[in-house]
Amino acid sequence: MLVKCPHCGTRPVEEFTFNGDASVQRPASNDPKSMDQWFDYVYLRDNPKGRFDEYAHHSSGCRAWLVVTRDTQSHEIFNVVTARDYAKKRVAP
Amino acid sequence: MTGFRLDRGGLIDRTAPLDFIFDGKAFTGFAGDTLASALIANDVHLMGRSFKYHRPRGVISAGSSEPNALVELREGARKEANTRATMIELYDGLVARSQNRWPSLGFDIGALNSLASAMFVAGFYYKTFMWPKSFWEKIYEPIIRKAAGLGTASKEADPDKYEKAYAHCDFLVVGSGPTGLMAALTAARSGARVILADESAALGGSLLNENEEIGGMSGYAWAMAGIAELSAMPNVIVMPRTTIFGWYDGNIFGAVERVNDHVLEPSPYEPRQRYWRIMAKRAVMATGAEERPIVFGGNDVPGVMTAGALRTYANRYAAAAGKSVVVFTNNNSGYHTARDMKTHGVHVEVIIDSRKESAADSSGIPVIRGGAIVNVRGGKRVSGVELADHRMVPCDAVAMSGGWSPIVNLMCHRGAKPKWDERIASFVPPDVGGGFVAAGSAAGRMLLSECLADGARAGTLKGKTPSIPKCRDEAFAVTPLWWVKESTGKAFVDYQNDSTAKDLPLAAQEGYRDIELAKRYTTAGMATDQGKLGNVNAIAILAEATGRSMDQVGTTTFRPYYTPVSFGALAGPFVGRHFQPVRKTPLHDWADELGAVFVETGLWMRSSWFPQEGEDWLSSASREVLATRQRVGLCDVSTLGKIDVQGKDAAEFLNRLYCNTFSTLDVGKARYGLMLREDGIVFDDGTTSRLAPDHFLMTTTTANAARVMSHMEFCHQAHWPELDVQYVSVTEQWAQMAIAGPKARATLQKIVDKVTLDDTGFPYLVAKEISILGGMTARLFRISFSGEHAYELAVPADYGNLVARAIMQAGEEFGIAPYGIEALSIMRIEKGHVAGGELNGTTTAADLGLGKMMSSKKDYIGRMMAAREGLTDKNRQCVVGIRPFDVADKIRSGSHILKKDDAPSMAADQGYVSSVAWSPMLNMWLGLALLSNGRERHGEVVKIFDGVRNIHMFGVICDPMHYDRENKKLHA
Repeated sequence: MLVKCPHCGTRPVEEFTFNGDASVQRPASNDPKSMDQWFDYVYLRDNPKGRFDEYAHHSSGCRAWLVVTRDTQSHEIFNVVTARDYAKKRVAP
Repeated sequence: MTGFRLDRGGLIDRTAPLDFIFDGKAFTGFAGDTLASALIANDVHLMGRSFKYHRPRGVISAGSSEPNALVELREGARKEANTRATMIELYDGLVARSQNRWPSLGFDIGALNSLASAMFVAGFYYKTFMWPKSFWEKIYEPIIRKAAGLGTASKEADPDKYEKAYAHCDFLVVGSGPTGLMAALTAARSGARVILADESAALGGSLLNENEEIGGMSGYAWAMAGIAELSAMPNVIVMPRTTIFGWYDGNIFGAVERVNDHVLEPSPYEPRQRYWRIMAKRAVMATGAEERPIVFGGNDVPGVMTAGALRTYANRYAAAAGKSVVVFTNNNSGYHTARDMKTHGVHVEVIIDSRKESAADSSGIPVIRGGAIVNVRGGKRVSGVELADHRMVPCDAVAMSGGWSPIVNLMCHRGAKPKWDERIASFVPPDVGGGFVAAGSAAGRMLLSECLADGARAGTLKGKTPSIPKCRDEAFAVTPLWWVKESTGKAFVDYQNDSTAKDLPLAAQEGYRDIELAKRYTTAGMATDQGKLGNVNAIAILAEATGRSMDQVGTTTFRPYYTPVSFGALAGPFVGRHFQPVRKTPLHDWADELGAVFVETGLWMRSSWFPQEGEDWLSSASREVLATRQRVGLCDVSTLGKIDVQGKDAAEFLNRLYCNTFSTLDVGKARYGLMLREDGIVFDDGTTSRLAPDHFLMTTTTANAARVMSHMEFCHQAHWPELDVQYVSVTEQWAQMAIAGPKARATLQKIVDKVTLDDTGFPYLVAKEISILGGMTARLFRISFSGEHAYELAVPADYGNLVARAIMQAGEEFGIAPYGIEALSIMRIEKGHVAGGELNGTTTAADLGLGKMMSSKKDYIGRMMAAREGLTDKNRQCVVGIRPFDVADKIRSGSHILKKDDAPSMAADQGYVSSVAWSPMLNMWLGLALLSNGRERHGEVVKIFDGVRNIHMFGVICDPMHYDRENKKLHA
């Protein structure tokens, strides 16, 4: 599998470390009432068949965290952006 | 004598004889031979014994699908087991041995298994060796392993080199037969970057084996011209001896190139094998088709082989497998063999065609239509065949053809399943999209003209498909015959696993109707050949037994590797220290000079203790502790992770990473920090110093250095990209050493420039950039892990050894001693400082006695989850000190703690001992433990139970800080 790092270009997948679902977002609140959100954020993950956004660390490359959009069935990669851009585009919770 | 070398023909070089040894006996072959062809030419047909019944077996195929002729190739450290004789290129001095026979190939005691074959039906392992249960491990398994072994691996280290390589191309062609050559030529002529790979030593595929005509010349001449053209083109890489073994995501192909398997010893400058990863924009599977055996009695007797193999040996290697041949076929291809053998002057007794009618050309050879072989006579060699009508036909070789199966494996490696094609009675490859297409006989096209046209089409990457050269076609027709049910002898479906035709209906009858289950129950399709020849027959027999169609039964899963790949190729150059390199600290040489004993922690070599004459590790470490606590000691702490953090938001970043606060830290000061995971458990700890308002230097534990760095990168980039902060690991840039003990200040004072190390100028927790030894940049931190008045001094890595020596010199008058991580560990346990045993991924800050560090004024990683009920329960196990009740007792790490009068049980468990050390200060074994509600239990007498040694003793719970509880020495 090849991953196109926005900084380094197309690189073999072995250079990357994957870290699961990128769609979950860290809650902003420290209010005890937000505990359910925190549980969901820390523990609950979907395991979708098909399109999936997941974190990938270019650990043996430029060290950027990326979000790779991949089909979990065919492994086709649709899109790769930096986690930074992904976070900035995301609406605040 | 029956197998022999033909007088004329073949692609062997008769002027280059090669001597080789098989099973200790000397033979001669020619350049161009394989081991199999050379043995056949020398009339050696018996090449091995079968797996279960130890039946004599000879070669069945002429290629990589071979299930029988597996040998141990080479000797000593270079010995390779289970190598197919059909794929071994002959070289001068080759040595090979047959496998799985004892005491000799000709006389094999295990063949008695054959007589007890009722016991060896499908699922026999499960049925026979079930009872008594205790017999499995000690009696049944060792016997089965001995009886059913394949070849044995060499136990010596492989002396040869292996390489890994990457390649990129516009078009990868897998297979160099007519289809592959046509595809490669078409693509290459249009300027594309082409890689042409073939598993054989010689390119040309079937054109090397068959008498074809293409473009007005022989198929062989056409192939050679095409290969010459391709080899001369700069945009083409031709890779013979290269097996494309797998197809992976992103159109990446795995391949092994056997660079030097065909020579006695590889040149020291070349690898034996090269492991390739080929990134192809497009690829064509031109892998051809595999001829199938027919399942009939005695279809495994040496001398029975596929029809295509028999004529390949004759045409390509000038090796005739017999003087008198019987052909048994259900399709036209058997006739081809009969005619070729006749041309070579070999007598063909009869063609037995299972079809009642056929239009194939028999060239005057007698044909029995609608016939079948029910048994082959002969033990170690064919002596004749019995037909269904009870006729006996004497012969010494049998050529069988059950039709042709496209070699679909690669295209199915990513999960797609092949489809059944009734027309050619075969599974054909699935459509997997435009990046990888099948062509030629691999796609089920059985005529040469179809193959060439298909290859040209596949190779047309742009523009119009070129016209193809004229060629001669041989019509193909097949009527399935899978299993001759009237067979009187054992009829094998899978040769390598000794699965017979009767095993599959039995499996179905016992409920294993699914092909995947039947495979595992009968073992058909397993082992080194993965059923390349036998699978389709197994599917057909199972289909019939269960009243289903071939499509309904389907195939088992195709997985890489297509053929076995050596561990050497997979490992490549990454063996030994190239697999696990050594990380030496900047003080390594200094420690080595002083006789340090090193211990590997992760990749690091750390100085563990510095023994003097006659000392063991404990007496050395104890002496080092005493020297440090009474005078001064020097320890290498360079392995700690060091991360330089800078930027406007550096303090805010650290606030969010650590549970305690760093924004309040004064410039020039150090503070201990505790980092949690998001689930509230402690992740890492270390001191962080503020060198400037926007500049911090973090330290991490040695073990977590890389993990903390990744964590920071994640938190910054994914959570808080708005923070203006940069950070980089500087672990390797700085040598760091701890100078500890009452004389630490006096020692250091002698090497620092200008600074006065008193409590006003350099009090506890000061961290400053200074200069030492007359101008060398250094960072000095007044921090202590040992509990002594101590400093950590960091200098640029290259000066590490020099500075350590200078400190030793400066401290000589005070009796300085180097100390290793054993002494360091003893001192931290004496002081109750937590380390790996306590920071173990289960403990909270409160468990470690550090609950007060958790800020309530800010958000940080882990804050919310750390507040969960279960993580704040008062009965959680928390860190305590523990000492033996009888000070002569030795506490051991890992022992469990029970109430004084309780018997050991899970229910009674109160916690466990996490770290222990012999304390030279207190003269006893003492430790740290994790104990339920431990802080309330100081003074309690408990039972310490060591389940490994099944002993117990009594202990007393105490404050974790065993030594100098008032920290007088720290501030001295």
